Amino acid sequence: MTYITKPKLRHPGLPKNNLGFTHRDYEGSISTLCAGCGHDSISASLIQACFELDIEPHRVAKLSGIGCSSKTPDYLLGNSHGFNSVHGRMPSVLTGANLANRDLIYMGISGDGDSASIGLGQFAHCVRRGVNMVYICENNGVYGLTKGQFSATADKGSKSKTAVNSDSPIDLVSLALILGATFVARSFSGDKKQLIPLLKAAITHRGSAVIDVVSPCVQFNNNPASTKSYDFVREHNEAVNRLDFIEPRAQITVDYEPGTVEIVTQHDGSQLKLSKLHGSYDARDRVAAMTYLQEHHAKGEVVTGLLYLDPEPEDLHAHLNTIATPLNTLGEKELCPGAKKLADVNESYR
Amino acid sequence: MSSALAEEPGLKGPAHPTGMKPTDVSNPDYFHKVVDCQWACPAHTPVPEYIRLIAAGRYSDAYMINWESNVFPGVLGRTCDRPCEPACRRGRVEAEPVAICRLKRVAADNKDDIRDRLPVASHHKNGKRIALIGAGPASLTVARDLLPLGYTVVIYDQDKLAGGMMRTQIPKFRLPETVLDEECNYILDLQPELKFGQRIDSMKALAGENYDAIFVGCGAPRGRDLEIPGRMEAVANIHIGIDWLSSVSFGHIEKIGKRVIVLGGGNTAMDCCRTSRRLGGEKVDVVVRSGFEEMKASPWEKDDAMGEGIPIHNNLVPKEFKHDGGKLKGVVFEKVKAQRDAKGRRELVPTGEPDVLMECDDVLVAVGQENAFPWIERDVGIEFDRWDMPKVDTVTMQSTNPKIFFGGDSAFGPKNIIWAVAHGHEAAISIDLLCSGKDVKADRPPPLVNLMSQKMGIHEWSYDNDISNDLRYKVPHTPKEIALKNVKIEVELGFDPKAGFLEAQRCLNCDIETVFETKLCIECDACVDICPMDCITFTENGDEEDLRTRLTAPAPNPTQDLYLSEILKTGRVMVKDEDMCLHCGLCAERCPTGAWDMKKFYLEPAQAESCRSL
Repeated sequence: MTYITKPKLRHPGLPKNNLGFTHRDYEGSISTLCAGCGHDSISASLIQACFELDIEPHRVAKLSGIGCSSKTPDYLLGNSHGFNSVHGRMPSVLTGANLANRDLIYMGISGDGDSASIGLGQFAHCVRRGVNMVYICENNGVYGLTKGQFSATADKGSKSKTAVNSDSPIDLVSLALILGATFVARSFSGDKKQLIPLLKAAITHRGSAVIDVVSPCVQFNNNPASTKSYDFVREHNEAVNRLDFIEPRAQITVDYEPGTVEIVTQHDGSQLKLSKLHGSYDARDRVAAMTYLQEHHAKGEVVTGLLYLDPEPEDLHAHLNTIATPLNTLGEKELCPGAKKLADVNESYR
Repeated sequence: MSSALAEEPGLKGPAHPTGMKPTDVSNPDYFHKVVDCQWACPAHTPVPEYIRLIAAGRYSDAYMINWESNVFPGVLGRTCDRPCEPACRRGRVEAEPVAICRLKRVAADNKDDIRDRLPVASHHKNGKRIALIGAGPASLTVARDLLPLGYTVVIYDQDKLAGGMMRTQIPKFRLPETVLDEECNYILDLQPELKFGQRIDSMKALAGENYDAIFVGCGAPRGRDLEIPGRMEAVANIHIGIDWLSSVSFGHIEKIGKRVIVLGGGNTAMDCCRTSRRLGGEKVDVVVRSGFEEMKASPWEKDDAMGEGIPIHNNLVPKEFKHDGGKLKGVVFEKVKAQRDAKGRRELVPTGEPDVLMECDDVLVAVGQENAFPWIERDVGIEFDRWDMPKVDTVTMQSTNPKIFFGGDSAFGPKNIIWAVAHGHEAAISIDLLCSGKDVKADRPPPLVNLMSQKMGIHEWSYDNDISNDLRYKVPHTPKEIALKNVKIEVELGFDPKAGFLEAQRCLNCDIETVFETKLCIECDACVDICPMDCITFTENGDEEDLRTRLTAPAPNPTQDLYLSEILKTGRVMVKDEDMCLHCGLCAERCPTGAWDMKKFYLEPAQAESCRSL
């Protein structure tokens, strides 16, 4: 942590987005995490993604639970809505908020403890319901706030400074695939080139988007024999594709060799250009993705990239057939339509 | 696709053998250049170091750092041309630079009696005799550097007091006599032999007097004249600016007419017009050939003149002095405009509009100064160039006669006090080397350089790294009604200690350098994320031109270096654009491995031998 606040002075030549903001306008308060924490890079990537997407900060709600990861919403988007919930309970608060006001962009920012241990049930149901959100798990494999015990995502055999993990890991990406998430990706805090486009695609995705970001804990889990260290992830990173996010309205003009690039058009007109890095990997095949993940995990590799995408997702509001107007803006007249209306409804069931 | 693959997650890419070389920080010039103010200062005064001392209230210590480096802190704190300020990084990251010059004055004004910290005259004379011609800033610097070493120094000056142009040409309302006397006396206390009131009329005669070396520091004593019709006839009311200022300084002139025209756009013109306002000039006008922006006067001097109700008229070329039987009536000007000729040079061409007559009682001509060496015989071994200036080495200050040195305005034409001091130091080194039988070029001593970590604790530094958001503070002035009544009342009052502290806090501590150790870096990006100015980028290496286009924030200023690491584990390099760095140390605070450290770079230019051990 740092004792001074980040200086207000900024580079006079910083680019501005269509709203006239620089990326610094998307910052929050200064991080109190340990120096070198991967989470800070994820915060910086989210800041950059929102800046590049021209998102108005007041259109964003960031929600979190408890843990190092769950502190990070404070370090970005200082002008957005935020809710720091009980440990592992962020998904239900997010689901409720989303039901009440479907117009906001929801970011659930969690960690491996918050999501895979105490909050695993909440995580599962939130994804299963298809809540329109970006669910980010800042995954370092340890409980940093309690001095580095292995978490539920630590790989079997991974070593910390003092112990070897003997439990099987929970792979949140595989879980998300099984649970029906319509956007599933994994990335690495040390690779912003990969992470930022993934975040942009996830933010614009209208469904349940889950990104597992391996984020080394420099303090407790960055030793050479850890599978969540900077060096290990860099050496074992198997990226299946490279994603370019293309704004709605922008034209794709370059021709590509057939079979190497796939263009996916999203709901809002934005396009995702997927450059294949691994032969025949098809990001639209959920079952193949699960198989691929298992095979490569067995080889000790960390599979990253956009692993699964449903270009025609349905979210919770579609399932419930709610109206387009956010529920929290409905007045008494709409919510209490009167005795006559009630009688009509009752009559319809007779 | 292959290129896409090469970029891809970038993490296993091959090392790039081409591109920029890693920065060699062992070359003192690299970090020196980052300290923009010190690099720009001709005397290379360690500016941030003394500014921190001012902030700490250690005025005497701050003064001594200045005194050792620039000899006249009190004088310069009021009159310096301050090349440091346009260079100041604060001016690039915010609206205005730190008021470095006026902070120097804070140290001078608030110091204790520092006489016990000054060198004393040497009791062990080394038998070498040095003649200094002129008692201005250049000569006095030579005297200060050589006297403690045991040299016998003889100073000649046509005036009866030391100071040279600092005394004769800078009006007292800008530089009180007490300040000048104090700092001249620190040197005169070292007991040079004074031959004041004595003009040197023959270099040959002086050279025959058995001196081991002669230093010429007599300034650029001749004011340029204006040979236009009416000049001869109206001579009684047309004065050469620097001579007139000198006469005012010595009390020979106490009055001027009610309507005064000052011709010229340099600092001397500004001093002339402001002095006129104090000697009875009610309507004083400055008329300049060039446009306002092109004027040679420092912007703040123009502001001060205009603030005293003196209009500046531009693009007017004097054509004729109008007189009535020798009684000056006014000046006729031709209207011109600036345009570029075929070669892109700026030239003034008449607009064709009718000429302008401006009426006046007196004219002051301040259109430039020249060197004049009628007293140097052309056969004493000093070669002159085609502008009739002596050929002087820019490093050693030696002329083609190995025993004769030049400095200050005498060397390369009119500059300013701080340049004169810098010349003096170099000449003193050369004279010392010459008299010790060493080579004045090859044996020059290197500067003293130090680079030391400022880390005090996990997130604590020995300097205040919290960046002040304050804008530049204004120096308070004496109310105009009072200031214009007397030529001796100082206009600027200087910062009080509180304002001095706040202004000092604006300094970005550029001498606390960001130093990067490649082998410690784990490429976690923490420094990139925290940097408030987006100075740091990790990327593939390339040529400088190419790299400048690929950084986190634009780096369009080629005068500021890129700091490059060696090749990192992922094959990339760390590139830091020095241009906008605030030296806040956040990169080093957020670095988990200490790959970044904040180290204080301290450089003291060499001086003649034992002056260093003051």
